[in-house]
Amino acid sequence: MRGRARDGSRSTAEVSMAAERKTKLSKNLLRMKFMQRGLDSETKKQLEEEEKKIISEEHWYLDLPELKEKESFIIEEQSFLLCEDLLYGRMSFRGFNPEVEKLMLQMNAKNKAEEVEDETVELDVSDEEMARRYETLVGTIGKKFAKKRDRANYEEDENGDIKPNKSKKTFLKPQD
Amino acid sequence: MAEAAGVAAESLVGGRARAACTVLNQVVLPGEELLLPEQEDAEGPGGTGERLRLNAGARPRVRVVCGPGLRRCGDRLLVTKCGRLRHKEPGGSGGGVYWVDSQQKRYVPVKGDHVIGIVTAKSGDIFKVDVGGSEPASLSYLAFEGATKRNRPNVQVGDLVYGQFVVANKDMEPEMVCIDSCGRANGMGVIGQDGLLFKVTLGLIRKLLAPDCEIIQEVGKLYPLEIVFGMNGRIWVKAKTVQQTLILANILEACEHMTADQRKQIFSRLAES
Repeated sequence: MRGRARDGSRSTAEVSMAAERKTKLSKNLLRMKFMQRGLDSETKKQLEEEEKKIISEEHWYLDLPELKEKESFIIEEQSFLLCEDLLYGRMSFRGFNPEVEKLMLQMNAKNKAEEVEDETVELDVSDEEMARRYETLVGTIGKKFAKKRDRANYEEDENGDIKPNKSKKTFLKPQD
Repeated sequence: MAEAAGVAAESLVGGRARAACTVLNQVVLPGEELLLPEQEDAEGPGGTGERLRLNAGARPRVRVVCGPGLRRCGDRLLVTKCGRLRHKEPGGSGGGVYWVDSQQKRYVPVKGDHVIGIVTAKSGDIFKVDVGGSEPASLSYLAFEGATKRNRPNVQVGDLVYGQFVVANKDMEPEMVCIDSCGRANGMGVIGQDGLLFKVTLGLIRKLLAPDCEIIQEVGKLYPLEIVFGMNGRIWVKAKTVQQTLILANILEACEHMTADQRKQIFSRLAES
């Protein structure tokens, strides 16, 4: 590559030196990167312009007026479900198909009163109970994540609860 | 009815759009233009509404849903089906829903509709299902509850399936599934053995599925039975005996063109026998 570049600079030198000798390099050659160092600004501009022209000629675009889609306040909806509050399409009566009967109640109730159902959902475990439960778990789970060396620090107190013992073991100076 | 049709025809000749709220529960014809309450104010008495309407956007706009039988065309609302114009008041904010209550037999698949289909072919991963539309719908074998690649659902050609559309538009083949978005069947899938399938008009299906339909309530008191309604105009019925099944099918078919009194008579006679 470098050898080539040197060749190029030499050839441009030749061109500038002997322009009157009418040895012209082709445009494609002049457009190459390594040739442009030696070019004067005028020819550079000319080449750039030509390149732009080629690009713009090859560039395709749609000859259409700009679309101005306004936000519409009419929404199209082709389903009757939204318009008429239709029931669920499967029905069973007088215990012919108990499964469907159960499903029917469930599906038709869903349409009618969704909000009411939400309110009546009972909590299996109250928040207070949950908090109390996790209180005792703090130590146990803490122990799980502690390193082996620290595990000994979790000492059981008289209640049987495990509590993290924060005091670090330090060297105790032996008494004389 | 005839009077209403006359008015509709008149307005067509005049070529003027009518306000939607003035033709509620009246007959509208395809090609007619409707004006929504928001547009109506701008429609001055001088007929210069077209120009005035352009600067009506300053007011806060409410969203209006146009249902089956209506089409939005730019800012205009056009009627595409013949029937009575219906309106539902909005639950919260918004302008409610307008639609045309029409009588028709031809079913056009609509996304979200629950339909009864007949499996016509089994080809590789999908079933072809006849739903009464212009084109058979496709149904993937994975679109059943509990189906996996290894565990294929037991569906044979000729089976009836109850499912809903997930893809339904004018450019693409409709696609059905037999599960909801959570992957549960919820009553969809292959409909059991025996029973009788028959076709009725699409209007009757909607009439029967209306929450306050007394026909279904009466029918339910007769004897143990099971019914499946497809929005594509198909009804599947089953009772303990063939005779009971046939009676049921006949009642449902016949009650479309009966008055409330006639229906009462029929049901009382049936209850006696």
